[in-house]
Amino acid sequence: MSFDVMDYFRQETLPHIWCPGCGNGIILRDFAVALERLNYPRDEVVIVSGIGCSSRAAGYLNFDTVHTTHGRALPFATGIKLANPNLKVFVIMGDGDSSAIGGNHLIHAARRNIDLTAIIFNNNIYGMTGGQFSPLTPRDKKATTAPYGMIEQSFDICRLAEGAGATYVGRATTYHNQLLTQLIIDGAQNPGFSLIEAVTHCPTSYGRRNGMASPSDMVRWQKDNAVWIDKVRAGKAEVKDGQFTIGLLHRHEAPEFTQAYMEVIKRARGQE
Amino acid sequence: MRELAEVRLMQGNEACVQAALDAGVRFFGGYPITPSTEIAEGMAEKLPALGGKFIQMEDEIASIASIIGASLAGVKSMTATSGPGFSLMQENLGYACMTEVPCVIVNVQRGGPSTGRPTAPAQGDVMQARWGTHGDHPAIVLSPWSAQETYTLTVKAVNLSERFRTPVILLMDEVVAHLREGVRMPDPRQLKLIERPRPQGGRENYRPFGGALDEVPAVADFGMGYRCNVTGLVHDDVGHPSGSPQVTNDLIRRLSGKVEAHRDEIIDYELTQTGDADMVIFAYGSTARTSLRALKLARAQGLKVGMIRPTTLWPFPEKAIEEVAERGIPILVPEMNLGQLVLEVERIAKGRSLVQPLSRVDGELFNPDEILEAVKELKPVKSRKSSKKEGI
Ligand SMILES: Cc1ncc(C[n+]2csc(CCOP(=O)(O)OP(=O)(O)O)c2C)c(N)n1
Repeated sequence: MSFDVMDYFRQETLPHIWCPGCGNGIILRDFAVALERLNYPRDEVVIVSGIGCSSRAAGYLNFDTVHTTHGRALPFATGIKLANPNLKVFVIMGDGDSSAIGGNHLIHAARRNIDLTAIIFNNNIYGMTGGQFSPLTPRDKKATTAPYGMIEQSFDICRLAEGAGATYVGRATTYHNQLLTQLIIDGAQNPGFSLIEAVTHCPTSYGRRNGMASPSDMVRWQKDNAVWIDKVRAGKAEVKDGQFTIGLLHRHEAPEFTQAYMEVIKRARGQE
Repeated sequence: MRELAEVRLMQGNEACVQAALDAGVRFFGGYPITPSTEIAEGMAEKLPALGGKFIQMEDEIASIASIIGASLAGVKSMTATSGPGFSLMQENLGYACMTEVPCVIVNVQRGGPSTGRPTAPAQGDVMQARWGTHGDHPAIVLSPWSAQETYTLTVKAVNLSERFRTPVILLMDEVVAHLREGVRMPDPRQLKLIERPRPQGGRENYRPFGGALDEVPAVADFGMGYRCNVTGLVHDDVGHPSGSPQVTNDLIRRLSGKVEAHRDEIIDYELTQTGDADMVIFAYGSTARTSLRALKLARAQGLKVGMIRPTTLWPFPEKAIEEVAERGIPILVPEMNLGQLVLEVERIAKGRSLVQPLSRVDGELFNPDEILEAVKELKPVKSRKSSKKEGI
């Protein structure tokens, strides 16, 4: 491919803050590739993020970017998109950011089907604060605040988004990174709320406590436990306990919020 | 859009809506709460015909987030709430201060703490409006006493937020919000409106967070091609996060400095018969309405009572107190709280004047007699110097 990925970065902000072995850089590159292929005018792209290791991604990218408050990226993005629907708005969040403190905003953004593309960096842990459990930490896994193992049930954030009304939902991993690029492209082109879960690896705060100290252990775990949804649907594979599906998991059509609001404007002006 | 000056019978909340629209507000994100709900309802009805946008968010945290987002996209934005919702907004209020995003937050105060008395008037959020969000930060807080003044102060709030690139709080109370009276509205084309400073030059020299300690830097709308980073972390002049002590110091001082240096542009207060006064009432919001009545009763009995009525609560109108304290005149401060702004009055009076709080927290308005009684109990002045400034 003949493009320079660095062209998408604010190079003066590098090196990034992520630990050696972190998977976030892989997602960020896949995102840059997706943006290259989407070929939107660069000045129409806005990237919004919450708070966490993953959310620092926004500041590295050379677009209009907003690093908001913990859990609140989606309502900020909602205001930006509704105020100027011409903007292409992407939202980067961590698993804790989007599903714990920001869980309410997530379901409502999905319910409204507002045209945002949310990319969730799921490292199954609170990375930035040093390894506390998140609502996406699997049962029995260890975290600093679950030193004896996680006893709570975890969310499947893709099913959560689907149930709440998201019109495009997909999942990939840092191992299946071409899939990730494709999901981001298709999600961006979906006229409505799109959620892409990117399973990433955090050896420092998650792997080390859970028998996967090296990044390669973690990526191997992704490879061994991700099951393609197409194969499951064709009856050629099954999802065993602890495994998860990847691919385009859900898609449907529904009215998009900012477009629906244009109708409100017409009605209020008596043009209808 | 209205096209003529007109006088209409309106509630304070309705005047707030009309003023916001006249001042150019084209985005409202909110969540229903008594006694502010009519503002959201008015916006939902009126914004779309003007091409503006209304959204009912899932809570007040999201409401303020949405208006900050809309303002980043270049649209004048507002939300309205009351105590419980105002509490939820505090984190993102600080975010708007830190990132210098213009927006207006209306807080129609009701009895607190907690759910309190949803339909009862109170003035318990005066300190929260100043210090509710964490860290040192600027605050501009305006407080109207009538539906008419709600109109003018709403326009002023929008203008100040644009002028200083900072959130401005319009602190109303339940009585002002719901009382109906004639509101004289100018032809909106005659209103003096302020737009945030926008950059003229190219991207290379764009410093949306730079400048001298009293400076308000220019900011581009998202989509204009300046590709700016906005973060609530301490950041340098282009918006990149920074851990430098120097950068931190300069930013925190400038955020407050840009407001403090321009106090005179912001602060407004009204003086009533303070020129010959032996004692003064300091009151704001609906409490000032009762106080004015008490003043008239007192004057009829030959008592020389004056009134200072600030419409800007923060930055605190220090000069108004200074002039009275210099003359050693006692000051009565009635508030529908346990004594909040009175602390500022005491701070400025520095013991030169007797400063007497008068509190009411039962969800009822003061009555004029009660204020009159309290005025009569103020110690008369021993040696009164003549006044420099004659009040109206
Ligand atoms: C209101 C608030 N509560 C708590 C925090 C502290 N905090 C910062 S990041 C974070 C968790 C981040 O975890 P996640 O969202 O999974 O992202 P990651 O760092 O793993 O990428 C927390 C709890 C905060 N910044 N703000």
